Amino acid sequence: MDIFSFLVQTLNAVQYGLLLFLVASGLTLVFGIMGIINLAHGSFYMAGAYLAFGLTSATGNLLWAIVLGVPLAMAIGAALEALLFVHLYKRDHLEQVLLTYGLILIFEELRSILVGDDVHGVPMPDFLAGSIPLDDTLSYPVYRLAISVVCVGLAIGLYFLIQRTRLGMMIRAGSHDRDMVQSLGINIKLIYRVVFALGVVMAALGGMLAAPISSVAPNMGGQVLILSFVVVVVGGIGSVWGALIGALLIGFADTFGKVILPDFAGVMVYLVMAAVLLWRPEGLLGKG
Amino acid sequence: MIFSDRTALILKLLGVSALAGYPLVGSEFYIELVAKVLILAIFAMSLDLLVGFGGLVSLGHAAFFGIAAYTVALISPEYDPANLWLVLPASVLAAGLAALAIGLLVLRTKGIYFIMVTLAFTQMAFYLFHDTALGGGSDGIYLNFRPEPRVGEWMPFDLAEGHQLYYFILAALVAVYVLLGFVLRSPFGRVLVGIKSNEHRMRSMGYSTFHYKLGAFVLAGALAGLAGFLYAVLFGFVTPELLSWHESGHVLMMVILGGMGSPIGAMLGAGSMVALEEGFSLLTKHWQLLMGLVILAVVLFLPGGLIALPARLRGLFARGDHHD
Repeated sequence: MDIFSFLVQTLNAVQYGLLLFLVASGLTLVFGIMGIINLAHGSFYMAGAYLAFGLTSATGNLLWAIVLGVPLAMAIGAALEALLFVHLYKRDHLEQVLLTYGLILIFEELRSILVGDDVHGVPMPDFLAGSIPLDDTLSYPVYRLAISVVCVGLAIGLYFLIQRTRLGMMIRAGSHDRDMVQSLGINIKLIYRVVFALGVVMAALGGMLAAPISSVAPNMGGQVLILSFVVVVVGGIGSVWGALIGALLIGFADTFGKVILPDFAGVMVYLVMAAVLLWRPEGLLGKG
Repeated sequence: MIFSDRTALILKLLGVSALAGYPLVGSEFYIELVAKVLILAIFAMSLDLLVGFGGLVSLGHAAFFGIAAYTVALISPEYDPANLWLVLPASVLAAGLAALAIGLLVLRTKGIYFIMVTLAFTQMAFYLFHDTALGGGSDGIYLNFRPEPRVGEWMPFDLAEGHQLYYFILAALVAVYVLLGFVLRSPFGRVLVGIKSNEHRMRSMGYSTFHYKLGAFVLAGALAGLAGFLYAVLFGFVTPELLSWHESGHVLMMVILGGMGSPIGAMLGAGSMVALEEGFSLLTKHWQLLMGLVILAVVLFLPGGLIALPARLRGLFARGDHHD
């Protein structure tokens, strides 16, 4: 592998890892703060991709699709929390698993009824459609770089939101002691609703950003869900920094696994997870 | 228990007799469907050992089902039937060994980690068969001949004949039920239930809880392997989808629908799940939507599953104090 193809693979790994981080951080946030394991998180990723497809067809531009899609995803998240997930806080993990498993079936069929089972593509915005030449044959698409930049921006934004704002302070307090926060006069139900909607937005945004580089297809959520689980397990549940490290690790393992051992590419990621589990069962940054 | 021991025994004998008599009246299609339900009942009972008795919510149980199914398809000769007494233990052993290897890793984690990690390892097994040429890749692999139960020259029965295979599967189901009853009444089973209710207490009493959980994980994996073996023999075809996490979710749903912590509940769950799916798929192409709604309803309104329904109804209509 020469230096340029190595560079291309590295950039791909970073971009893939950052996109996984975006989806996985929503998962880890909802679990870390609300104690909910949400198998339907991958469905939100799929919903994002389909929103991008539908809204791009309607408006002609992915950027408009994102501008319209994000509030829509937030509304969907808030509504789902108010209708369904609010019943899950006091239930055990098994019931959470089952209910969200049922939701996957419902979302897949709704997708099938509303949009059909065809595979779709989404065009990228014109000004990001080019690529940067590296040498005579290799070049790197601008859009993939843009994804990485946006994801880094969102990661920084998330950090500020949680560590530096009043809302973030309430969220952190709520994850430690729900009852105490409530007795201090903070509306914890509203906080939970906001966190859940935020988690849905991050998954959906991941789907929207990924739509132009991966096809928009049925069952696209399942694979992302499981990789997000792997990221969360590797990084440590509830830790956003852990999710970032885990996501990059998985991004590299998957991308370079495909180059070095193409036959076992699918297995590579799980071997990394097994190794981390042997070393630190609670994840890299998890609290034991 | 809502029935006395004697009533329960009579009901069980009636159930077995009804199942045994079914091939005399049923059509080929439905005999195969019932045989599938019996296999899934074994599968669900094996998972119930983990979830209902050990408190270990595994979302990766389909891996062992699929590994055994692949084992019998891979080790059987292409143009001749294999010997049942070789391939059956080999398939169950393969599933048990896989459960040992995976169990050693996943049992280091607890609670929500355990759910995620079991899910991830099933997916690993799925990709092992899906991406590599080992078992025909994503196309899967055929089992051309059903194994023969040969002992030297003598063949006591013939699985190539549909009814005899049905009875073989029914016998396996009864055997697994009896075995589980024995295991759960043994000290091992008692410790397992103790771990479910309070692992710390069991550990401070001096039990090595890890080894008990590992034992349960391996036994459950091996029994799931038996179900996977029977599935491959019945349908003669194995695909990576058998190991997919949807299958794991599917069987977990059977356990919950029937009512966990009860082998009979697991059987009821398997039967009603297949019945619902068959019924819904006659109604609409989007039957999974109805299935999803049923799952939502069961989780929200029917804690305890079907097996708890008589007791709940009785509680509902009873006068005076109310049991829930």
